[in-house]
Amino acid sequence: MKDLVEIRWHGRGGQGAKTASLLLADAVFNTGKFVQAFPEYGPERMGAPITAYDRIGSERSTVHSNIYEPDFVAVVDPSLLEAVDCTAGLKEEGAIVINSPKDPEELRPLLKGYKGRVYTIDADKISKEELGKVFPNTPMLGAIVHVTKVIDEDDFIKDMQGSFAHKFASKPQVIEGNMKALKRSMEEVRG
Amino acid sequence: MGIRERLSGNEAIAYAMKQINPDVMGAFPITPSTEIPQYFSTYVDNGEVDTEFIAVESEHSAMSTCIGAEAAGVRAISATSSCGLCYMTEMLYVAASDRLPITLAVSLRALSGPININNDHSDAMAEKDAGWIMLFAETNQEAYDNYLQAMRIGEAVSLPTMVCQDGFITSHAIENIELVETETVKKFVGEYKPEHGLLHPDERMAVGAYATPVYYMECKRQQSQAMIDALDVIKKVGAEFGEVTGRTYGLIEKYKMDDAELAIVMIAGSSAGTAKEAINRLREQGKKVGLVKIRAYRPFPGKEIGEALKNVKAVAVMDKSDSFNAHCGPVFADVTSSLYQQRILDPIAISVIYGLGGRDVRVESIEHVFAELEKIAATGDPGETYRYLDVRE
Repeated sequence: MKDLVEIRWHGRGGQGAKTASLLLADAVFNTGKFVQAFPEYGPERMGAPITAYDRIGSERSTVHSNIYEPDFVAVVDPSLLEAVDCTAGLKEEGAIVINSPKDPEELRPLLKGYKGRVYTIDADKISKEELGKVFPNTPMLGAIVHVTKVIDEDDFIKDMQGSFAHKFASKPQVIEGNMKALKRSMEEVRG
Repeated sequence: MGIRERLSGNEAIAYAMKQINPDVMGAFPITPSTEIPQYFSTYVDNGEVDTEFIAVESEHSAMSTCIGAEAAGVRAISATSSCGLCYMTEMLYVAASDRLPITLAVSLRALSGPININNDHSDAMAEKDAGWIMLFAETNQEAYDNYLQAMRIGEAVSLPTMVCQDGFITSHAIENIELVETETVKKFVGEYKPEHGLLHPDERMAVGAYATPVYYMECKRQQSQAMIDALDVIKKVGAEFGEVTGRTYGLIEKYKMDDAELAIVMIAGSSAGTAKEAINRLREQGKKVGLVKIRAYRPFPGKEIGEALKNVKAVAVMDKSDSFNAHCGPVFADVTSSLYQQRILDPIAISVIYGLGGRDVRVESIEHVFAELEKIAATGDPGETYRYLDVRE
């Protein structure tokens, strides 16, 4: 499939990397594409490294393996750069998006010689300011949409508004913060 | 017209259950059960179905509940996986021999030990001789479609049916799916009007009676005949489903088998899709490779498989479980015995054990199997006929 985009998420249990992969798939599904979103399952526990995946394309992918040569990688917890080989198989013409207050070039030495594009986003700060707590997955989602362009940003914002309204029906006060976090992350991603 | 959605395999099964609105669900509501009873219980709680949800303390009791309900003359369902399925074993045999068309959704997972929660087919293979019809799915779509057909099939021959899909790989992955409108589902599945039932007011009957040696074997012979009859019923229902939805199902699916010289046979599971991608890539290199995917494993479609394989030079029968018999996996045993029975003796066959306990199966894994088959076909020498794929030795 020509337009297949494969994304790998690295996070820690409890940070919402799996949720972010599912939200991305939802939004992209709503634009008429075929999606797969799946985490790698194990004995999950808070803080342990976890991996989740998205496959996105205009046709159904029949492959049901993990993703070994992703087009994009999202790192929700920067401490994973030293714990996990986050750039393993990552395509040079792709990109890595890291949740970090640092400049992309500061982090490049940790990327095991990766030569492609490096982006950073201070997702912890954005979520603290907009949501009052560290929920880095929402700003990470905005950043990955901005970098991957798998969905038009305006369409994405519209879709997420609806999806948050549904998800947070019982606590609508958090919808605005989540939307702000998404929009800010799209603007503040560096790289 | 179908409804475009995106659902996990477990959500898809729960949705099919909701559309069918069966009479009773007996389920053990915590792990190792699947998410299916959890999703379905929401429908019960919201009043979207009027199913009697009976939460019990074990899978043994879950199946017993289904047996009681189905014997009374109503539709009963359950869902489980892994050791939960094993814990049902005693009652699975009772359900089949009492000829009760219960429907059981299974998200296939490994058995201990070592302790492992991931996908393989060990749980289902442990129950392959329990007398249940067993349908397998490559995708969430097939799991959903199989579920919609299961009651029609089981009720036609009075046998229970397992609807199996790969745990986690399809059960927990979100993918596109085309749902059938509820009205169409209800019309296709139809009302359940069993010929016999404990609640029939004018009929006195016993269920689960004792059979002395004078009667036992006749009961078993009838049970065996029901499974033989299921072969045609599965094809008929699969064809009718195709007329309604555009998606036709048979006992097996052949992928690029028409001129294939090298073939893989495997039960329908997530890796069948991965194998298709490997076949597409190898076909681009001019290699004549194909896949036989077994949708109905019980009853076993030996004739169809033999027909598909009669012209191949070499075949790998891939098992996502091991029989630990120092010989081969369970599907290999079934496939090769049916080839022998039909005097199809030319294909060289190897047994390949793969994907145990969630070991990821890549496109490259399947390409490796075909590369081995190519060597075997060229030399005529099968080498080791009982192999493990992608394993550190």
